[in-house]
Amino acid sequence: MSEATGGIHMEEGGGGKIKKFLYLNRKAPYGTIYALESLEVVLIAAAFDQDVSLAFIDDGVYQIVKGQHTKGIDVKNFSPTFRALEGYDIEKLYVEKESMEARSLKETDFLVPVKVVNAAEMADIMQSQDVVLSF
Amino acid sequence: MPINVSGKTIETDEEGYLVSRTDWNEEIAKEMAKIDNCDLSTNHWEVINFLREYYEEYQIAPAVRVLTKAIGKKLGPDKGNSKYLYELFPYGPAKQACKYAGLPKPTGCV
Repeated sequence: MSEATGGIHMEEGGGGKIKKFLYLNRKAPYGTIYALESLEVVLIAAAFDQDVSLAFIDDGVYQIVKGQHTKGIDVKNFSPTFRALEGYDIEKLYVEKESMEARSLKETDFLVPVKVVNAAEMADIMQSQDVVLSF
Repeated sequence: MPINVSGKTIETDEEGYLVSRTDWNEEIAKEMAKIDNCDLSTNHWEVINFLREYYEEYQIAPAVRVLTKAIGKKLGPDKGNSKYLYELFPYGPAKQACKYAGLPKPTGCV
């Protein structure tokens, strides 16, 4: 453990071992800063070439719905940035089925390709990670 | 640190990036480049215009690795490599070209 790496253990010398990072997004895109902060961390951390996945649960599923219009609340619509993730080699995006269905959303409502998984599968995905960051 | 372009004063931050992205025009890009002793060629404009299109589509300025790859895809491998881009923009292709393009500094750039 080291201060400089925020407690994340880095291998001494060489490139270090690739770890599995899951960014867990639970909150609606606007109203709090969590969604935007999560996305920024993902983009910055992409430079470290780790194995990155994103998961959308609860109101977090709203972050990636198509047709977001934010003029009325005077904040930037950052949803197009999710489409840039592919260029950052981040292609594993999971949506929890129960959260999606509870909000009457379907897979075609999302602006990026996602894999819809049920709660049990999502638990397995979380279990298989080295690091889970919850926003 | 405001700069003067064709009689108008344009606000920039302490590193020379535009404060308001909507202020941008080609004259401003040329003036910013002049401050850095850089003469903008068609090759420079190709990258600047690419960045503006990228920002328009994705609402972010790409990281340099992503920029290099995307340029390669669009303009061919002889342009999609660090050597070519660093020769055009010695202060760092993402940083310097984003400045001339009127965009914020790429996310994660210090």
